[in-house]
Amino acid sequence: MKTGTLKQILLITDGCSNQGDDPIAMAALAKEQGITVNVIGVMDQDVIDEQGLKEIEGISLAGGGVSQVVYAHKLSQTVQMVTRKAMTQTLQGVVNKELQQILGRSHTLEDLPPEKRGEVMEVVDELGETVELEVLILVDTSASMKQKLPTVKEALLDLSLSLNARSGENRFSVFVFPGKKNEVDKLLDWTPRLESLTGVFSKLTTGGITPTGPAINEALQYFKKKRSLRSLLSRDDESFYEESV
Amino acid sequence: MMNHSMKNQCNVKPGTIIQGKWHKERYTILKELGFGANGIVYLARRHHEYVALKMSDNGMSITSEVNVLKSFAKVQGSALGPSLLDVDDWEHNNGQISFYVMEYIQGPGFMDFIEQKGPSWLPVLLLQLLSDLEKLHCNGWVFGDLKPENLIVTGPSPRIRCIDVGGTTIKGRAIKEFTEFYDRGYWGLGSRKADPGYDLFAVAMIIIHTAYPKRFTKTTGGILQLRNQVKQSKALHKFEGVIIQALEGRYQSAEEMRNDLIKSTSRHNGNSRTATRQSNTKNNGNRQTMTRQTQQAGRVSASRQLQQKRQKKGGFVETLILTMVILLFYAFYIFGQLI
Repeated sequence: MKTGTLKQILLITDGCSNQGDDPIAMAALAKEQGITVNVIGVMDQDVIDEQGLKEIEGISLAGGGVSQVVYAHKLSQTVQMVTRKAMTQTLQGVVNKELQQILGRSHTLEDLPPEKRGEVMEVVDELGETVELEVLILVDTSASMKQKLPTVKEALLDLSLSLNARSGENRFSVFVFPGKKNEVDKLLDWTPRLESLTGVFSKLTTGGITPTGPAINEALQYFKKKRSLRSLLSRDDESFYEESV
Repeated sequence: MMNHSMKNQCNVKPGTIIQGKWHKERYTILKELGFGANGIVYLARRHHEYVALKMSDNGMSITSEVNVLKSFAKVQGSALGPSLLDVDDWEHNNGQISFYVMEYIQGPGFMDFIEQKGPSWLPVLLLQLLSDLEKLHCNGWVFGDLKPENLIVTGPSPRIRCIDVGGTTIKGRAIKEFTEFYDRGYWGLGSRKADPGYDLFAVAMIIIHTAYPKRFTKTTGGILQLRNQVKQSKALHKFEGVIIQALEGRYQSAEEMRNDLIKSTSRHNGNSRTATRQSNTKNNGNRQTMTRQTQQAGRVSASRQLQQKRQKKGGFVETLILTMVILLFYAFYIFGQLI
């Protein structure tokens, strides 16, 4: 089986978008291009309002990813869990697709007797360990996120610790929205280590608006830019296409 | 996919009968035993025996855990995890839920047990745990999510058992599942790559946890904070050497940590004995001056001397008791003769 690169967008936010395109549509657009969108909603003491909750679930559903709402102090553990879960989910989709090609249309993993599933799962596990992974992290820096940012930074360092324990390669990149002048600012270019984030993160200023949709869109463009650059280097960059589960 | 919605989906009322799609076995759900990130475990009845049934809407995690349990079953004469009884799917109106059935391991949790029976059981359970881990590691696995909640003490003669294999990972891969307080990465003391040291770190944190029932939060993190916490607790004093070495990842195997733990418990017993019992014999003097830097051989001979002495003392007490009993009977005899 060819191991391409898994592409994920990880959105960390604490509420509803209020500017620009519909984020759910943007997530669906990402999914069409083989990029999974995961969302983590960060609560303080208060609970996220119904509308925000709906949007969070909607984005991850449309983006073929995983969503989770957590209190700030649980963020580290959640970020790595969500990323991992989405990874397995995507890989399972790929394996399912292969199975269908071999066994016929109607066969997915669930249709196999439990005894046979084990072997397939071993393949998924193996892939999860070795596949190349690109995670673009989108951090909401609207005013209400201000006191949660140190926790977000901790969680991202923790994520790189978790993922770098795999034998497959990782690349991370971090964007924040709203940016200083634009809707989205790039904070960190593709890098295998998130430690370089430490310095930049503390200098962040927070803004008023929450342009979640445009942020996802910008992230998509960034993935594409990279792809064209890479094709110049004549490197085969086949991506996995999400098969929703 | 939200976590709490998962719980709702698998929420099964007591009395529900679950029939497998493939093997047609029937299970009656009795009550919920616990739930975690990857599903809910129920107590169930099959024919006339109790079993534990774990279900999850995430079929992948069920399959993955079944894989681990199956490979444990191949390890001879071990009790690494619960034994696997059945794997199946349950079809109900909302769709299909994967589940597996395992032996029901009954008993108090690790912390409850120590609380009820006293701290003298701690080293016993730890030694049992470490020999299980040694077997696990030798078979190419690392337990991963090692914590008191995943440890149960069964009876009648207390035996520690690991119950949740959700975090069990093949050596050399990235740890699948962990809990922050027991995680080496969280404290900044190593990677999340599965190696024996990862589990041994968790064992050290479990020992620390027994002294701090409410645990504590990370402030500065790193070895400094943990070392301070260990130093501040009197109860941890005798384990200090072992804990610190495990935290710093200096043990290559569970066996090594186990041997050190045995030494530290016997040394501690020796010390408390000399403290309560004043004696100026040459042997004792030697033992007191012996420091941790002394060579292994010295330590072994010291403990041997200690053992011999214990035996000698034991012999004396035995003789005394026997004589007393005989005298007592004789007194009764004379008393009877007089009447």
